[in-house]
Amino acid sequence: MPLISLQNLSVRFGGNTVLSNVSFAISAGEIVTIVGPNGSGKSTLLRSIIGAQHPDQGQINRSPGLRIGYVPQKLHIDPTLPMTVRRFLSLPQRVSDQQAATALEQAGAGQLASRQMVNLSGGQFQRVLLARALLCAPQLLILDEATQGLDQPGSAGFYQQIETLRETLGCAILMVSHELHVVMAASDRVICLNGHICCEGEPEQVASAPEYRALFGSGTQGALALYRHEHNHRHDHSCGHDHGQDTANQTRPAPASETHP
Amino acid sequence: MISLFDSFLLRAALAGTGVAVAAAPLGCFVVWRRMAYFGDATAHASILGVALALGFQMPVFAGVLIVSLLMATAVSSLSGRGFAMDTLLGVLAHSSLAFGLVAVSFLQGIRIDLMAYLFGDILAVSRIDLMVIWGGAGLVLLLLWARWSALLTATLSPDLAYAAGLNPKREQLVLTIALALVVAVAIKVVGVLLISALLLIPAAAARPFAATPERMAFAAAVIGMLSALAGLQLSFLLDTPTGPTIVCVAAGFFALTSLGDMIRQQLPMTGSRARRH
Repeated sequence: MPLISLQNLSVRFGGNTVLSNVSFAISAGEIVTIVGPNGSGKSTLLRSIIGAQHPDQGQINRSPGLRIGYVPQKLHIDPTLPMTVRRFLSLPQRVSDQQAATALEQAGAGQLASRQMVNLSGGQFQRVLLARALLCAPQLLILDEATQGLDQPGSAGFYQQIETLRETLGCAILMVSHELHVVMAASDRVICLNGHICCEGEPEQVASAPEYRALFGSGTQGALALYRHEHNHRHDHSCGHDHGQDTANQTRPAPASETHP
Repeated sequence: MISLFDSFLLRAALAGTGVAVAAAPLGCFVVWRRMAYFGDATAHASILGVALALGFQMPVFAGVLIVSLLMATAVSSLSGRGFAMDTLLGVLAHSSLAFGLVAVSFLQGIRIDLMAYLFGDILAVSRIDLMVIWGGAGLVLLLLWARWSALLTATLSPDLAYAAGLNPKREQLVLTIALALVVAVAIKVVGVLLISALLLIPAAAARPFAATPERMAFAAAVIGMLSALAGLQLSFLLDTPTGPTIVCVAAGFFALTSLGDMIRQQLPMTGSRARRH
């Protein structure tokens, strides 16, 4: 039984359909990454899963008692709100100093407990958010562009930490990421989203292809290539998706995409 | 004569500290959530509650509470719907004050001292008023205490609250009710125009030397109570209006702690502890 499954999820803001007919499921211990251009509904999808956004149609089924740890895209703490890292970890449930220290250690933020949140660097801040998400002993860890604003070594370190966590804690991970080299290296499954699921693929297959090396081999160029592919996409051919010159034969088209005009 | 004098001063002191002890921690949330105008709008609308209460011969407290609740609910449901909130709240705050003042003028045959409602009349606090004030203040403190963690989480980020299974809208409602209660009990003490000051100034004064939200709320409550007591004393010595004097003392605390913070940040030895804004 999957931890969480979405069936034909649709979300509209006013007259705009942000998500339509999104269906997928996440099993225990899986790392699933969502990629897609800005405005493709990635954050809305995650917010639906944590219960912050009510779907207009469709269903989200969580396994009973599912514990979700959520790391938001960014968190603005008003400068008028004093907040030490230690205090932050006890929100909303109080945790012992021992639990807090363990979580900080797991997130690679060992020495930060007494610091003020507003004084942390971007990377430290994200690790503290991660530590807080770990405190509920999550079965599913959700990260929304958690490395936004980090430099390359910073985000590489962050994702290494996440893979370590999957190994040590055994939790499933659902993340949104722009960093394709990381996505390809660290995910079990990649979901390409643009208002609906364009395609789902196993990155190992993609990564072994020579086309992949040409497209995604070096960081920035690879990223640009994927953006172009997303912005170009049409639904007038059998795959339901214009892959440009890229990975059509390595990725599986999602069933939902074929129902679209 | 002395004992009578003592007792009205004692009642005033109790009333002032009662309002301050509830307003200051609530004021922290008003500051953290940037709801300053929200407090203003609710407070200013309460003069309309005074007019209605007198018109329908209800207790003033009840009229103010009802109108404050309506106003606070209206404002909080309008927020997050894409209005330009500062403009909208500015419009609501001042127009509700104006409507209230006009409504008061319609009251035929009732002599009311408008100044008492605009600036408070703490020296005229009765035994019943005192019970209402401490009852309301106690209820506000109880609400804040019971929902503290959830309120803080929702204040930090609604999404974090949702992910933890909380409903940030319910926490918003808790704050709305608490705000209406504080307005209703504070009107007698500092009046409609200065209620926001009791919410904001102690919280702002407590910020520079607080490391956690709890310490800030506690320090704000202490500063609020000291301001109430010192303001009462000063207004008696200098023969000045009491409500405004209380606010002046609180502003003095704010100036002191802000200055202290600035000096601390200038010193190289303690510079590492300085906060960035």
